[in-house]
Amino acid sequence: MSPAKEPGASPQGSGFAAVTAAPPPGAPTLPGSLNGNRLLSHWLGFHADGKVTITPGKVELGQGILTTLSQIAADELDVDFTRVTARAAATPDSPDEGVTSGSLSTQDSGSAMRHACAAARAIFLQVVAQRTGIPVEDITIEDGIFHGPAGEIGSYWALADAALLETEAPPEVTPKPASARRIAGTSVPRIDLPDKVFGAARYVHDLRLPGLLHARVVRPPSRGAVLTMLRDGPLPGEARVVRDGSFLAVLAATEWDAEAAATRLAARAEWAERDTLPEATTLPDWLREAAARGERSAVVQRGDPAAGVTRWLKRSFHRPYIAHASIAPSCAVARWQDGSVEVWSHSQGPYNLRADLAKTLKCPAERITVRHMEGAGCYGHNGADDVALDAVLAARAVPGVPVRLLWSRAEELGWSPFSPGMLVEIEAGTDATGTLVGWRSHIISNGHSSRPGRAPEPTLLSASMLAEPFPVKPSINPPMSGGGGAPRNGVPLYRIPGMDIATTRLLEMPIRASALRGLGATLNVWSIESVMDELAGQAGADPLDYRLRHLDDGRAAAVLTRVAEMAGWAKRVKREGWGLGLGMARYKNLGGWAAVVAEVEACERVFCRRLWIAGDVGEVVNPDGVANQYEGGAIHGTSVALLEQVRFDRRRVTSDSWEDYPILRFSEVPRVEVAFIDRPEQPFLGAGEASMAPTIAAIGNAITDALGVRPSRLPFTPDNL
Amino acid sequence: MVEFTLNGAAVALDVPSEASLLQALRGPAGLSGPRFGCGDEQCGSCMVLVDGKPAYACTLSVAAAVGRAVTTVEGLGTPDAPHPLQTAFLAEQAGQCGYCLSGILVSAAALLARDPAPDEAAIRAALDPHLCRCGSHNRIIRAVRRAAREMAA
Repeated sequence: MSPAKEPGASPQGSGFAAVTAAPPPGAPTLPGSLNGNRLLSHWLGFHADGKVTITPGKVELGQGILTTLSQIAADELDVDFTRVTARAAATPDSPDEGVTSGSLSTQDSGSAMRHACAAARAIFLQVVAQRTGIPVEDITIEDGIFHGPAGEIGSYWALADAALLETEAPPEVTPKPASARRIAGTSVPRIDLPDKVFGAARYVHDLRLPGLLHARVVRPPSRGAVLTMLRDGPLPGEARVVRDGSFLAVLAATEWDAEAAATRLAARAEWAERDTLPEATTLPDWLREAAARGERSAVVQRGDPAAGVTRWLKRSFHRPYIAHASIAPSCAVARWQDGSVEVWSHSQGPYNLRADLAKTLKCPAERITVRHMEGAGCYGHNGADDVALDAVLAARAVPGVPVRLLWSRAEELGWSPFSPGMLVEIEAGTDATGTLVGWRSHIISNGHSSRPGRAPEPTLLSASMLAEPFPVKPSINPPMSGGGGAPRNGVPLYRIPGMDIATTRLLEMPIRASALRGLGATLNVWSIESVMDELAGQAGADPLDYRLRHLDDGRAAAVLTRVAEMAGWAKRVKREGWGLGLGMARYKNLGGWAAVVAEVEACERVFCRRLWIAGDVGEVVNPDGVANQYEGGAIHGTSVALLEQVRFDRRRVTSDSWEDYPILRFSEVPRVEVAFIDRPEQPFLGAGEASMAPTIAAIGNAITDALGVRPSRLPFTPDNL
Repeated sequence: MVEFTLNGAAVALDVPSEASLLQALRGPAGLSGPRFGCGDEQCGSCMVLVDGKPAYACTLSVAAAVGRAVTTVEGLGTPDAPHPLQTAFLAEQAGQCGYCLSGILVSAAALLARDPAPDEAAIRAALDPHLCRCGSHNRIIRAVRRAAREMAA
């Protein structure tokens, strides 16, 4: 389904720059990120010791992307998987693949890697053919060794001449057909997991450079607070104070001294505070008010939404601010030397971070090197980029000395960007037969991206606290052509002749907002799927049948049908206090499909006991990896559905501990069953975010089945029901 | 000097008594397995075994470990000689970012030491102090059951 027109569909505000490097003008289009990073040597290299290195610009976030890319490379090159090593991204040598986000890594990087490796294979085959006089078609490759009719005639490593890859990828390369793949399409174990079960030093948190100092930030007591006075006095461990405006940090040789010094310094600081946050208890009202001052734009206008309508259903849906809630507080290590700085970071976008560090420091980007090292899962734009600036600012006081800056739990839950509170108002029109024929909706939200590297001014947290502060600009939305931000999945996938869908981006941002898994989809999918269930009820139809009746998208129908089989939907039996609900979406209306059936039990509060999920992500490189992403996204969605809400008063975020920001625990986690419709000939569609929003929708609908009430605000707590 | 047994070997660490056991383990002891997550006994990332029982290393004073046996994930097994739990976690691919796994593995080891054949409810209860944000819970539960089976065989 393609919208007839998308007037002003990218209400992105200022400066939404190209996401990755741009190709030279007039150059033929190459797959994925290869288009903007065309040199083969940027993607892979062969070594005389029989190893292959791949050097993607996407980063490991715990999603398994480095394993996936290694599988693709090994397959295309015809080498054993164990020969391939994936190097973590770093500026300036890695390809600039923008941000590892949007469930796009296999599309962007996987398709680039496949093409680059196929190109490298063809080049090496050509060279061997020329040297031996054996025609290319008579040469085979087995585990990197080239064989002619009479035996071995060379290998990638014997020919490991870097110059061969110092060439642009040609457009005419043909990767292997699906039927010839042996490694892509299999559940190769994750390459990063052994380190994680043996406690190895894999995270940036574990980086111990010689002479390293530990740093902690002394945060303002509230948002917008200004440091007015700092009393002098001794600090534990001769800790050193770093101050720039209202940015305040301490440096010490040990963690215990750094923490004790931060506590003591906090007691010596005085701040000017003021109210900057809206009233939390009436957040939907504030969203409506702020929308009146916001930037409204059309998402889709098609036909006449009122044509043929005999009955309107009007509903509104609300969700609070939601935290990324990474298990590890964000961390970075920085070291200055001769006016340049090297940063080790778990940022999702090393080049984007570098760009914003350069803006903040007012220096050329070339003076900054960003090296990716893993952190805990981020699920979107958490504090990873912010803490990198903090480390850089702290380390500037001690040139030549590496500085490790670790946020506290309170900083991670209280100062990271949040996924913004939202409000969606829907009017769904049905005709005399109960068929859905008209849809009007208005999606109100802050923009869903404050990611670095995209605006003229830096978006890093502490940049606004410096003596010469940078302004905090309202967050923006990615364009609808890339899936959109607040209106992501706001356009129903169902056949509706008349649609008028609008969004308003707020131009004030009391709470810093940015991207979290799913962006606006977490609210939009639930709101659409809730309305679909209610319309089915009005029409006297089964929710599954009603959806299928409105679908032209065969792959959407296929996942719905599959999940209904898995859950025994047709034969379900009503039990007192229990409910089953359905939710379905195609992520961004461009990516992977997921249909979910949730089973809930309503006790003193609602528990989700079981989830069945059917997915379709096109070609699957690592089936177990895709299943892991769908399962994880579904449990994340369950947590958001049932528990999560950022709390704040007029000055500060108050939900800055796990006690105040609970997430789903082992005792509450539903059993999850997943199945995929394998389509090896179809393009990759991404797996990381597809299951989360349909899970929330399915739980919402299951609650109605169990309790007879229709939720209208997240989370689905007793208070909100 | 603070002296205790760490992963089977005697150690003497030069740390002030106000340091936490976690800071001592990650600092002078040179380990990386015990992770800092919250500093407040709310997430379990830092969990270690003290005399075989799960303990939050983030709030436990290092002085409290004197004379005791501390076991971290590094003490459970190594790539060459893995604990059955570590083998099982790899077999089930039970993790994504993995930051929570060090603590979960030691709590699971303590569970299997006292209950060699735990049912699912017992596993969930034993792991309830641990937060996992990636949603690997079901794989982790399967991995603990697999390890229990392997250890019984």
